[in-house]
Amino acid sequence: MATAFSAPKLAAQPFNTISPTSQHKPLISPTAASPFLGSTRKLLRLSSSSQLNLRRRSSGSVFAVSDIVKEKKSTSIPSLLITKEEGLELYEDMVLGRAFEDMCAQMYYRGKMFGFVHLYNGQEAISTGFIKLLKQQDSVVSTYRDHVHALSKGVPARAVMSELFGKTTGCCRGQGGSMHMFSSEHNLIGGFAFIGEGIPVATGAAFSSKYRREVLKEADCDHVTLAFFGDGTCNNGQFFECLNMAALWKLPIVFVVENNLWAIGMSHLRATSDPQIYKKGPAFGMPGVHVDGMDVLKVREVAKEAIARARRGEGPTLVECETYRFRGHSLADPDELRDPTEKAHYAARDPITALKKYLIENNLSGEAELKAIDKKIDELLEDAVEFADESPLPPRSQLLENVFADPKGFGIGPDGRYRCEDPKFTEGTAHV
Amino acid sequence: MAAIFQGVGAAAPLSSSPSNSFDSNKSVFSPRRSFSVRKRASFAVVRSDGIVNLNPKGRSAQRLISNAVATKADSPAASSSSKPGHELLLFEALQEGLEEEMERDPRVCVMGEDVGHYGGSYKVTKGLAKRFGDLRVLDTPIAENSFTGMGIGAAMTGLRPVIEGMNMGFLLLAFNQISNNCGMLHYTSGGQFTIPVVIRGPGGVGRQLGAEHSQRLESYFQSIPGIQMVACSTPYNAKGLMKAAIRSENPVILFEHVLLYNLKERLPDEDYICNLEEAEMVRPGEHVTILTYSRMRYHVMQAAKTLVNKGYDPEVIDIRSLKPFDLHTIGNSVKKTHRVLIVEECMRTGGIGASLTAAITENFNDYLDAPIMCLSSQDVPTPYAGTLEEVTVVQPAQIVTAVEQICQ
Repeated sequence: MATAFSAPKLAAQPFNTISPTSQHKPLISPTAASPFLGSTRKLLRLSSSSQLNLRRRSSGSVFAVSDIVKEKKSTSIPSLLITKEEGLELYEDMVLGRAFEDMCAQMYYRGKMFGFVHLYNGQEAISTGFIKLLKQQDSVVSTYRDHVHALSKGVPARAVMSELFGKTTGCCRGQGGSMHMFSSEHNLIGGFAFIGEGIPVATGAAFSSKYRREVLKEADCDHVTLAFFGDGTCNNGQFFECLNMAALWKLPIVFVVENNLWAIGMSHLRATSDPQIYKKGPAFGMPGVHVDGMDVLKVREVAKEAIARARRGEGPTLVECETYRFRGHSLADPDELRDPTEKAHYAARDPITALKKYLIENNLSGEAELKAIDKKIDELLEDAVEFADESPLPPRSQLLENVFADPKGFGIGPDGRYRCEDPKFTEGTAHV
Repeated sequence: MAAIFQGVGAAAPLSSSPSNSFDSNKSVFSPRRSFSVRKRASFAVVRSDGIVNLNPKGRSAQRLISNAVATKADSPAASSSSKPGHELLLFEALQEGLEEEMERDPRVCVMGEDVGHYGGSYKVTKGLAKRFGDLRVLDTPIAENSFTGMGIGAAMTGLRPVIEGMNMGFLLLAFNQISNNCGMLHYTSGGQFTIPVVIRGPGGVGRQLGAEHSQRLESYFQSIPGIQMVACSTPYNAKGLMKAAIRSENPVILFEHVLLYNLKERLPDEDYICNLEEAEMVRPGEHVTILTYSRMRYHVMQAAKTLVNKGYDPEVIDIRSLKPFDLHTIGNSVKKTHRVLIVEECMRTGGIGASLTAAITENFNDYLDAPIMCLSSQDVPTPYAGTLEEVTVVQPAQIVTAVEQICQ
């Protein structure tokens, strides 16, 4: 088993040893008596390099347990992984994600949105790398950190911003909020507030796809579902139960772990007996892959393989993406526990900067063009905020709508009529 | 235990046996509640206590075919094979309903533990896997939360799953999915996704099954917004409610009872459903309204025999719809009798009876001549010992005493 770090290279994990505020000691010497109450196994971590490795994958960055995901052979002439169009598409999507989240923070502190808002800064490579490969009919299931997944899947920025402002023009009519982004048009199936509860729903969407193909005989139905979730979720029962069922029935699903090493203030190492999450895939009979989640091109390569596998009907894949969130868990999180050195380490591996560098160095684009994209996104967001600001708040009459798909479910009132026929019902003032 | 006869044609009584009197009850198409009417044929019913009631006063004149009145006795005339319809046990009725819906709509599928090859722990899904295949009748691993969530995800993407909890109590493990996703996703998605699932399973106190297999989850689920709950009690309404639940766009939880699976009844050959939101008038009366559901219906009817002998005339309503309550049927009854007794198998604290008491007090307080009485199970884990288990649930003798007390 390849690991990026071997015992003596303490320098490769600076943030574990230097900071006195660090909550955990280095894991390197198992014989030393450690007060650290956590995993005694090693975490697979990647070398701190912001350079996109286009030639070959270093042995530590992608670890394929199954040979389904094949290592790219190194060639003497480096071949580019993307075309110019693809590169610009990826760049624009990541910039949109980043700028949107920054705008969210701004709006939150200005009192335009409330509650729990979880921002995705730093993890854009995963959303872009995976979701840009999907078709419209493929499904994405996310968690509460879902704004950027929604944007990548194609939900307009206006709709997402309105939803965050709680306006009736939001993608969920203002009824969902930050943690419940849904779009039936773009097949974004949530948006879940409790961790882990989206994974069975994703499994169900994948089951639907298989059912359509095999029972309803829709031969061309090869819809794939992506389930995104974090490292904390990987200790939850629903995760394991769904890995089992997905592998058992060869469901067309890819489980994408966005391992940003922290579950609010709980370090992954303090919560998980074996922190190498990708190894849990083979235990259930599916390949487990570890990839550098700060590198959109690497993520994209792995995603291509995993999604193709699912489309072919060969079953699920577990992809662990090593990533980091530049901000706190949510806008309410003071983010005091994380080591500044660790943050600096990952800030140096900003996926957007890295892609920009790649595009320029390989003559796929120039500064001016990329700056134009940045400007375009800024204008898009200005427009989105303006749209959200000007949108109406939900009227009272909206209160009782959408509770039931069939509003007869509110029952029959004392007067013999269905409550939904009561005019007060449509005004939102009926007592049900 | 109950027999329903389907009469073709307007007013012809079907039998002339003196011990079985018939009440010809024509169903009339009612525009107000027409959403789920299937048949317009007339419908002859036999009353549960054998009393003839040729004047349907006190009952609403416009009735759908779904408001069936159940009979009791198996008299020789009743079980004659020359009668139309076919006899089924309750679990077979559920199976028939499920099978018919699966034939009708290929998106209907079943998932649960041992529903496929084993045929279901109570044989409700027997034979279905052979007929429809392993994917449509899916044997799941033992992971309630996840396969319930899977059913919900499948429902959101176009299928219509029927999720079975092998015992209702196991669905406690699925509470996360039922409360958060099943109940709420239609709302939090702004109406974009519907969740037409049916979650069903046997619950209730059985014969010495022990505390954990004798749970009544209706009280735990009743606060979840966005779901409907129904409880079946006869083969007729079991099949009807199963079909209605599958056809409904809302998530429905169908409560069955472990001890009722072997009840026998004659069911119509035609397609029919039972309205999910309506209560069932079991026995019209004048003195007191007894509201009940599931197994307690039979304890109440047994008590009713004694009460009739003592000169009382109880009106018995099987509320069937546990959420929402059919306040129309209940209200009309309260306005007539002015006295209410609720008999349920739920726990005393926070049970269906507690909610029903509140709802009646809120809506019909002026019509009550006496405080509402609610007989529920004791707030104890159901003991294994038979003698103790017997006194945990409400027994007919207690019902008789309660009625006597109310009617003083």
